[in-house]
Amino acid sequence: MDDRAHRAARRIQGRSAAPGVALGPLVRLALAKHGAREHQSVAEEHRALGDALAASQAALALLAGEAGDADAEAILAFQVALLEDDNLTAPAFALIARGEAANRAWSATIDPEIVSYEEASDPHFRARASDLRDLRDRVLRNLAGETDQIVPPGVIVAADDIPPSMFLATDWRDGGLVLRRGSPSSHVAILARSRGVPMIVDVDVDRLEDGSDVLLDGDAGTLVVDPDAEMRAIFCQRRAEQTKVRQAAAAFKGPVLTASGERVRVMINVTGLAELRGLDPAGVDGIGLMRTEFLFQGRENLPTEEEQFQIYKRLLEWAAGKPVTIRTLDAGGDKPIAGLTRSGDLNPFLGVRGVRLSLRHLDVFREQLRALARAAVMGNLKVMIPMVTVPEELDRCRALLAEAVEELRQERQEIQMPPLGMMVEVPVAALSIEDFNADFFSIGSNDLIQYMAAASRDEPQLADLARPSRAVFNLIGHVVKYADSLGRETSLCGDLASDPEQVAALLDQGLRTLSVHPGALGAVRAAIARYPGAVA
Amino acid sequence: MNKHQASVLMRHEVGLHARPSVKLTKLAKAFGSRIDLGLSPDGPWVDAKSIVKVMATKAPKDTRIYFRAEGSDAKAALEALVTLVDGDFQDGR
Repeated sequence: MDDRAHRAARRIQGRSAAPGVALGPLVRLALAKHGAREHQSVAEEHRALGDALAASQAALALLAGEAGDADAEAILAFQVALLEDDNLTAPAFALIARGEAANRAWSATIDPEIVSYEEASDPHFRARASDLRDLRDRVLRNLAGETDQIVPPGVIVAADDIPPSMFLATDWRDGGLVLRRGSPSSHVAILARSRGVPMIVDVDVDRLEDGSDVLLDGDAGTLVVDPDAEMRAIFCQRRAEQTKVRQAAAAFKGPVLTASGERVRVMINVTGLAELRGLDPAGVDGIGLMRTEFLFQGRENLPTEEEQFQIYKRLLEWAAGKPVTIRTLDAGGDKPIAGLTRSGDLNPFLGVRGVRLSLRHLDVFREQLRALARAAVMGNLKVMIPMVTVPEELDRCRALLAEAVEELRQERQEIQMPPLGMMVEVPVAALSIEDFNADFFSIGSNDLIQYMAAASRDEPQLADLARPSRAVFNLIGHVVKYADSLGRETSLCGDLASDPEQVAALLDQGLRTLSVHPGALGAVRAAIARYPGAVA
Repeated sequence: MNKHQASVLMRHEVGLHARPSVKLTKLAKAFGSRIDLGLSPDGPWVDAKSIVKVMATKAPKDTRIYFRAEGSDAKAALEALVTLVDGDFQDGR
């Protein structure tokens, strides 16, 4: 008999980050630790490094064969070529011959190479530093006797935290995610909700056993270890319901009306083309937020103007004339991009991010603006600038956009000057909204809330402070009222809009355009349909 | 000994970057000759078979690349390398 049947089910309470349920074996992802190796004889160390390099090369060759996409293949081919180059490895062997341990010799050799890439003036070259770091760590893991962990589909992954690039590289079919760190508004959580991957945070993952059977409930924020037969039966029923709700949401055809018959526009937030698969544009009022930073993450080089143009064009083709709001690169601190952002910012949320970063990397920013101006002729494209703090920043963006348009016109390209709007997420900008020359406004509630409350959205202990308060709603109302007086549109694209319990409060402030993650469409439409009208 | 020199304008959009460098060094290694690469007709020269050295030139778009080769297949090697760079490393990236 299966001995699992004898174990009592154990329930662990965490916090919900993405709804849905999943059942499967638990896989613990451990961070690699490269502690000091026991130093052996010169011959032993020489052999250890040789073996580690050969093993890394074999693993990379295997990965390259399975990569299946050109970018991943190119990254891996570059790493393989580096390992084959004696110019890279010879100095490490020379250090070993002088008595250094293999791991320290390898780090001492490759670290200066990494630094030289990090210091390159060309962002495309700077981006290579991450490949070298990746290679360094792979060899160090081999030296430490650690093997790579491969995440198969259908498992519940438990880890301290994972980077967005890793989330995007994993096959989450029938799987789920449990993290110790992160929060419901972290970027991995945004991705998890958008892709329908159940996720909870705030769980002491050290107490979880690798391979144990677990049931993840992303709605309740719980994890059940060794669920009994009854729990499993309930799970199957809920999963069937979940599938039904998703199909119903996908089959919906607009428009969305409140109980009093008022039209509310419901758009979606996306990070790329993947989320649009299987989604009918007839059921939504457009794309309210396209987060372009995900085009820049986890790849071999920064996307070129042409690559960006192709993606923007396909978004517009999908929307078939409905508005598509594309936010310019919102990178920085918490959303690092190889070759562009600095690591180790003391206070990333208050640092060089969003438009502050773009205005400091004009080469990269100009390429994006050119791609946007070219795509604007293909449909109803709007350009949105993130993290605007003072009116001059927006003016500068408008001038750069006009320059890009003029440049393209001289190259005889077909272009159009798209409307330029701003993300309202910095409190000083929201409070002096009258000073900004924006064609439209979009409220970024996640950042607005954390900046107003001075409480990080990634600090689980402060979750009760980083919540929508009366002050937040009042400030949203202030922005909406001003924009209405000019006949300009205000939308809200933060997580607040995707929470059916907050929908009425947002409509009370006069908002009539909400942009939500695709997974929340059904629930938000239902909440709007229940809305009786503003309280007099 | 069989010595040759050649040069070609590189128009690749992001310069002598990872992907082009992988292709260039792979091709250079297919020849027995000693092959050097430089950004001016009189060097400094680096080993065209070493990705570390080739990448370290950090050659941007619109750079003229100089090759010199020495060995029995030097002429064929330079022809192949010039064709690769001139053809924008084949895939336009």
